Amino acid sequence: MFKDSKGFLEFVYEFYKTMKAHEISLVYEGEITHQITKAFTSLAESNMAKEEESGSVQRKVFHVMVECLQNISKHADEATDNDFLYSGRGIFMVSKNQSEYTVTTGNAIDNSKIPEMREMLERINSMSKEELNELYKKQIKEGRLSEKGGAGLGFIDIKRKTGRPLEYHFLPINENISFFLLTSSIPRE
Amino acid sequence: MEAIKIKGTEDTPTVIFDAAENYFEISGRSLPEDVTSFYSPLLSWLSEYAKQPSPKTVFNFKLEYFNTASSKLILDVLMKLEEIARAGHDVLVKWHYPEDDEDMQEAGNEYADIVEVPFELIPY
Repeated sequence: MFKDSKGFLEFVYEFYKTMKAHEISLVYEGEITHQITKAFTSLAESNMAKEEESGSVQRKVFHVMVECLQNISKHADEATDNDFLYSGRGIFMVSKNQSEYTVTTGNAIDNSKIPEMREMLERINSMSKEELNELYKKQIKEGRLSEKGGAGLGFIDIKRKTGRPLEYHFLPINENISFFLLTSSIPRE
Repeated sequence: MEAIKIKGTEDTPTVIFDAAENYFEISGRSLPEDVTSFYSPLLSWLSEYAKQPSPKTVFNFKLEYFNTASSKLILDVLMKLEEIARAGHDVLVKWHYPEDDEDMQEAGNEYADIVEVPFELIPY
């Protein structure tokens, strides 16, 4: 075996161990298309059914996965000066431990959008269940679908479904773009 | 009017709009790739139907799942029904939800709050 190939295979083993250590059951990097969304959600569904997860947990995980995947496909910005990041692409990860499922996404966004996003996420995080329900109703009535079919409801819905704060982080890539990470956890009852 | 009958898939709902049979249903899952192009023929059909609706329109929603993008379009469907009700016709929305699905029940309550159409919430 070539030396490089051995190094690569050892990396795969390390990667596998890292995934096991973090209890990651699915990780994907690339373009998030509708087909990918369907494939991942149906995979998660059959896994959860096998685990005999409760209907409520299954539905919540499904909801959060769909909204997270659609966030990337609709909002990920093109990072033109960095050849491994493209429009509509990102990382998508699902992990599971004894007490919860975690859905994590990462995608490039324009720095100019950060203040508005941060404000929206903070606002959603500070709201009670009742306030979120009111905001959802207001947004569904008054909001318009964006060109890409986003209703501006995804984050609100994730917080409502999980009942937990949206955890996020912006990591600067360069002066124009950052990497936006969002992680949502769904308690297994 | 020609009826709309769409068989549901894993990401699009079953739709039956049948004026002759006086039967209306949207059921299953709704997370179409392009929500607007899926729902706009349905909305146009309802606009046409609103001109000469049945004396009583009973509209069944029996959704298992819908994404947030669909939720906006579902409201648009309900607003067409509200228009029919406002014109003095009888309209009833039957919102069916799985009995263990609080979120789907809550969604029905929310829509009932937003539009002025009688709602009946039915667990199954």
